[in-house]
Amino acid sequence: MSPHGNPEEPAGSATDINRDAQKVPAGPDTTANTTADTSGGAAPNTPAAPSAPAAPAASAPPQHHDRSAWGLWEVFVRSSRGLSHVHAGSLHAPDAAMALRNARDLYTRRNEGVSIWVVPADAIAASDPDAKGSFFESPQGKDYRHATYYTKSEGVKHL
Amino acid sequence: MAAQNLQSVPVELSPEEEAAGKATFDRIIAEDSRIEPKDWMPPAYRKTLLRQISQHAHSEIIGMQPEANWITRAPSLKRKAILMAKVQDEAGHGLYLYSAAETLGQTRDEMMDALIAGKARYSSIFNYPALTWADMGAIGWLVDGAAICNQVPLCRASYGPYGRAMVRICKEESFHQRQGFEILLELSNGTPAQKQMAQDAVNRWYAPALMMFGPPDDDSPNSRQSMAWNIKRFSNDELRSRFVGMMVEQVRVLGLTLPDDQVRFNEDTKKWEHGPLDWHEFQEVLAGRGPCNAQRLERRREAHDDGAWVREAAAAYAAKQQAKQSMTTKEYAA
Amino acid sequence: MSTPPTNTDAAETTGHGDISTGVAAPTGSGDSNASATRITPGNALRPEDIALEVRTGLKPSEDIAEYALRLGDDALILAQRLGHWISRAPELEEDIALGNIALDQLGHARSFLSYAGGAMTNDDGSAKTEDDLAYFRREHEFRSVQLFEQPNGDFAVTIARQFIVSYYQFELYRRLTESTDGTLAAIAAKAVKEVDYHRDHSAQWILRLAGGTEESRRRMVHGLRLMWPYVEELFRDDDLTRRLAEAGAAVAPSSLREDFDRLTGELLEEAELDVPDVPAAPGGGRRGRHSEHLGYILAEMQVLAREYPGAKW
Repeated sequence: MSPHGNPEEPAGSATDINRDAQKVPAGPDTTANTTADTSGGAAPNTPAAPSAPAAPAASAPPQHHDRSAWGLWEVFVRSSRGLSHVHAGSLHAPDAAMALRNARDLYTRRNEGVSIWVVPADAIAASDPDAKGSFFESPQGKDYRHATYYTKSEGVKHL
Repeated sequence: MAAQNLQSVPVELSPEEEAAGKATFDRIIAEDSRIEPKDWMPPAYRKTLLRQISQHAHSEIIGMQPEANWITRAPSLKRKAILMAKVQDEAGHGLYLYSAAETLGQTRDEMMDALIAGKARYSSIFNYPALTWADMGAIGWLVDGAAICNQVPLCRASYGPYGRAMVRICKEESFHQRQGFEILLELSNGTPAQKQMAQDAVNRWYAPALMMFGPPDDDSPNSRQSMAWNIKRFSNDELRSRFVGMMVEQVRVLGLTLPDDQVRFNEDTKKWEHGPLDWHEFQEVLAGRGPCNAQRLERRREAHDDGAWVREAAAAYAAKQQAKQSMTTKEYAA
Repeated sequence: MSTPPTNTDAAETTGHGDISTGVAAPTGSGDSNASATRITPGNALRPEDIALEVRTGLKPSEDIAEYALRLGDDALILAQRLGHWISRAPELEEDIALGNIALDQLGHARSFLSYAGGAMTNDDGSAKTEDDLAYFRREHEFRSVQLFEQPNGDFAVTIARQFIVSYYQFELYRRLTESTDGTLAAIAAKAVKEVDYHRDHSAQWILRLAGGTEESRRRMVHGLRLMWPYVEELFRDDDLTRRLAEAGAAVAPSSLREDFDRLTGELLEEAELDVPDVPAAPGGGRRGRHSEHLGYILAEMQVLAREYPGAKW
């Protein structure tokens, strides 16, 4: 499981957002957190990766470091219609067709999914965690992107 | 190298970068947040995790064997299905854990090679033989029970991929202990011979299960560091004591007894206590001198070696298909 | 367990407290439904449902019971064979794949046997259960055809057997969904979808082993040659199947042959393999005549149950 690019649960980053949000004076309360969480769908906190794997079948097999070793694939599972694919984990397979089948057996034995994506692990580009400060700083404090910023219109119907 | 983008790979850093990385790491640990693969981490943290996660993975894979041996002999079709699903889960859990370990920069092949070369450790309990059907019950109840005690706190381990693997494993494993308990319950309520079989299995697996929590705290120097890093959440002795307390309750429901007349609840410490454990035996088994060490490793080696031609074939086929595809693309472009 | 000792309620009800997430942060926000670990048992016909119906009066005719016994024995013996692979497969992912197929087959076996038992009685007058039939019949009372009991061999041999079995079972179950016997139709409806996946699994491996390395191709050719003598028996009609097929309750085995030949032929052609030109074995499994292998399978499968007759597990 190497889902740092696409956490299946909002692990550390969600708590970070929470804390950071609280540090902003007069900032948005938890609603800001909710908005931030949903906007990204499968990978709310790391915009780098998840749109890439849209065409998994065509992807090239990962490199093998010896003759019999199978490449590493990342697996994304849609748990039911209407929801995003979410990173479930990884596995080894010789090619995309087998990766899909292995993913079916490994990650959906208990009805976890109705759709699966597999992506060669080395096809995923991930943002640099060290750059977190600058890469993800900009949205901090831009309260005006959120409805809660507009207090004067509060109470007006259908707005 | 595959998956560099997703993996934690140690790189040369300037002293300033190193200091900044360490500061971030310390802050994340202090906040009880999660370290993710590409974060800076102390080399010892990486090493500890790699050792622990790969050992855990190996334990799942070797741990399949004593139970798989009973799939073909399960005494009812329902039990056969349950056991098959359970052993299959264990393969899955091994895979989840190998994947988590791979994010730390070691490939599964390297880990597997270390295992079959006898260079890697796995839980010593799987070097004990499963002699009767009741062992399927005792393994589920005691061994999986102890494993779950260990694993539930690991769902909050500071290393993200490990914690996520454990969440998945714990969810799936919730049936493992119950099915073991029910096997024992059926046997205990069965004929006198069946009940005897159940008691005998509990007698044999009790002490090894308690030893699964690892050496006593005084003897476990690594534990303290692991707890400081939020990898471990509770000490070996603390988990063991809790486990004993749960078993005391459950064994009554089973109508069986624990082979330990020194089990008691210490009112002063508010902890459960148990009789002495044979740590010499534990070390012996860990060092390879257990009843089934050679057999377990040989079986894994055999499966791995016998499967080499299949893995090679699939890899070769994939390479050929890819070559064919790029040829077609070129022709098309021309 | 996961929670501090104060949380005794959770510990008592679930044994191990809340493991739904490893994260201490508040959950449930945002796209929290989009989980990759939400598990459910699903909703499908289970062997237990059929056993319950039998206990409450469902009783097949003798002919139907005999027919269900045949299909149940096929699946049971195959599940027993495949179960041996778990912990021995060429790669860990394949341990799980073969395990899934074995569990599917075991499920079909349990359903068919539970149903068949409804028409058969023990000495005490009770209907026979799946376990009575699986564990307390002797070799010549098993009705499986000989293909299913053939040894696993290497992975190519197992794949060859899977290839034949899955293409055969798919054609059979596909038609059996229209059986005039509601229970057979229902079991087939569940089974056909699972067997469809078994077809895919075996086809993928046939292609890879045939088109992989020289060694894998040699082994694949050998595996098919070893198994092909037992193909003939799958498609043999007899009085029972003729009677039942006429009544619309069963499928005449011979009627499956054309589609089986065509579809397996297409896949073998894609894999650049020939249909093995080998003489057919005489078979006889449907009449209780088995190869030398079945005795060993039963000895292992039945040993414990027979050691404790009448015991519950």
